[in-house]
Amino acid sequence: MSKLDAFKFIPWIPALAALICGACCWHRKLRVYAAPVSILSIVAAFLISFGFRDAVAAGNPNTINAFSWIHIGNLNVDFGYLIDPLTLVMLFVVTGVGALVAIYAAGYMAGDRGYARFFAYVSLFLFAMTTLVMADNLVLLYLGWEGVGLCSYLLIGFNFQKPSAVAAAKKAFIVNRIGDLGFALGIFLTFQRYGTVTLWTGDAGSPGVLELAAQVHDGTLAAAPADLWIPFLLMLGAFGKSAQIPLHVWLPDAMEGPTPVSALIHAATMVTAGVYMIARLLPVFTLCPYALPTVATVGAITALFAALIAASQNDLKKVFAYSTISQLGYMFLGIGVLSSVGAVFHLFTHAFFKALLFLTAGNVMHAMADQLDMRRISGLRRKMPLTCLLMLAGCLALAGVPGTAGFFSKDLILASALQKGLSQHDWRITTLAVLAIVTALLTAYYTFRLWFRVFMGPAKYEMGPKHAPQEPVDESSDGDIRVEHYHEPHEMNWLMNGPLLVLAAGALTAGFLCKEWVTTMVGGAVSAAPGSADGHAAAGAAEILIFGLDVHSFMIVVSVVVSLGGIALAAYFHWLNRSAADRIAVRFRDVVRALQNKFFVDELYDALLVRPLRMLGSLFYIVDRLLIEGLVSLVGALPRLAGMAVQTSQRGFLQGYGLGMAVGTGVVLLFVIYLTK
Amino acid sequence: MPTPFEPLQDAALSHFLMTGAVLFALGLAGFLCRRNLIIMFLSTELMFQGVAISLVAFSRLHGNDTGQTFVIFVLTIAAAEAALALGLVVLLFRRKRTLDCEAWAAMKG
Repeated sequence: MSKLDAFKFIPWIPALAALICGACCWHRKLRVYAAPVSILSIVAAFLISFGFRDAVAAGNPNTINAFSWIHIGNLNVDFGYLIDPLTLVMLFVVTGVGALVAIYAAGYMAGDRGYARFFAYVSLFLFAMTTLVMADNLVLLYLGWEGVGLCSYLLIGFNFQKPSAVAAAKKAFIVNRIGDLGFALGIFLTFQRYGTVTLWTGDAGSPGVLELAAQVHDGTLAAAPADLWIPFLLMLGAFGKSAQIPLHVWLPDAMEGPTPVSALIHAATMVTAGVYMIARLLPVFTLCPYALPTVATVGAITALFAALIAASQNDLKKVFAYSTISQLGYMFLGIGVLSSVGAVFHLFTHAFFKALLFLTAGNVMHAMADQLDMRRISGLRRKMPLTCLLMLAGCLALAGVPGTAGFFSKDLILASALQKGLSQHDWRITTLAVLAIVTALLTAYYTFRLWFRVFMGPAKYEMGPKHAPQEPVDESSDGDIRVEHYHEPHEMNWLMNGPLLVLAAGALTAGFLCKEWVTTMVGGAVSAAPGSADGHAAAGAAEILIFGLDVHSFMIVVSVVVSLGGIALAAYFHWLNRSAADRIAVRFRDVVRALQNKFFVDELYDALLVRPLRMLGSLFYIVDRLLIEGLVSLVGALPRLAGMAVQTSQRGFLQGYGLGMAVGTGVVLLFVIYLTK
Repeated sequence: MPTPFEPLQDAALSHFLMTGAVLFALGLAGFLCRRNLIIMFLSTELMFQGVAISLVAFSRLHGNDTGQTFVIFVLTIAAAEAALALGLVVLLFRRKRTLDCEAWAAMKG
């Protein structure tokens, strides 16, 4: 048994914790034990992946077969885990951020009636997510993929008493179904094309999908038309899960879930599954010359589009939600220009600073009694000094201020895009890179717009609705969990702020500390071999000069200019001179209205899809009620009518029947006599 | 099989058949017209006897014993059935204190 075999326990420890937490739902006295169980399981999973990191980095990628699962014909699907450096990076993000968010949630969710249920869902999510990133075949990956979708649905609809939360959960589930249908079809087509769903075996006798795709690259295996279709189908799944245009509509609504869920699932981990999936299947994607440019285009457009909307939203969590969509767009741009290192590195740093931002927003929400409208919050820096600094760290990283984590990863993506566009004289890629730079300016602006609004300026605020006197007394607050309800904004306890400090340290330092590590790790992944290698080589080979600087130096200058410029703009309009911002908003009110309404995409979908489908449904309902139900009723009614017609002859008098019998017999006799003559 | 009886003449046969038919018609008329349950029951017995006479007559005509055997069975069953039917009539009478068959008309559509 090699050291790597320890990895196969990673998904099952949170799965066991999910069962225990589920059992803790049984009685309210047991509820408090759910959090420690869940946190310990996630920490255990993190420690396994952390403890054996060298075994992965040193040795070859390894597959571990936990147990066999489906064997039908030549379809062989096992619960097999593929442990390679890319998986390890993802495991670090998932279990590391997962553990921190779970610790935070132990404080944040205290006193909630669904405390144990929450941790059961979170543990189940960790099981599904680790299965997703460790799967060694597409079917198991799909199992994890659907599992995280299910947990997302359950956690968005966590407050199932709220109709808006239920609607948001349904929306997330349905929109993801559209993408997942594409993913499922992609898996079917992959199986038809390659005759296997296993990703990588390391065995030349029975190669996996990635090895077969590499053979197509080499020319040892003939190309097939399916090669062109598989990436587009898989891409659809990635766009759905990672909230890219046109399937982005579910993520902003998903903020109905509790804030730790927004941080863990809808910012740091689950929504990056699409990026991971493309990075994992990169050799398959590079087989189609149109696939990755499509990914890059969708990513860049989504990044700009979401950043524009984020700049106009007033709800803290909505701003961060659109910011997440925008940053995911960056990752897709990175993958689309063959910089899987840049994409995964951005995924890695984004997990830190976006989780931090969501959780600090959770602090504000907690302190302000669910008030999230930044027009009603101002100057909280004195009331919540630590939260103010923590969010500043996150904002600096998101804005890409030099030195922070976001700077390094965003720079890598932008430089790769620019390099590829210029060195290949491809104006489309260059345009995308320019769009991404504009997005970076917007990112710095909207991030600091929020921070200046909330923490700077005059201390003026309105508390949210949660402290209303009719608030029902929580039945679980009978001794075990004590929640102090302040009526003034207040700093959080250390259970909540502790994980934030770790995340803030990551947001500030993960960039230069982990850049080398992530680069070597992702570069050493099994899926990084064909196609992507020549992309990196090309990026390194051609020396392109812009204004006398090479691309990386140029990007550093640009990053400094756009991030500081965005921050300066935000500082002027949202700290120093707020009335100027209001005047501009009034002058361009049509633009602002379009932005605030998210470019009317929801309305468009409503008019184009939801209403026609609903009308079709009504039509079918009428057909069903009148035609089909009418026919069925007719079949039932005919014997009844016949019965009604003859029932009067049944009078109940014995002699009546006797007469009938006699006459009938007579008639039959006459008939027989005359007929047989 | 040699038959012990003289075969019946056609003229004699018609007498027997007429008697049987008259008995059957009387029984039928009695069953349809009278309302007393006992009389109706007696009328059915009359119909039985009409048919039985016809069967015996045909048996003699054809020199075949089957008809007579059949009549013996009919009489046996009629006796058993008479015991049952009269018991039923007594029960019905106890329920409603009347023998009028129209009192028992609950089973109507």
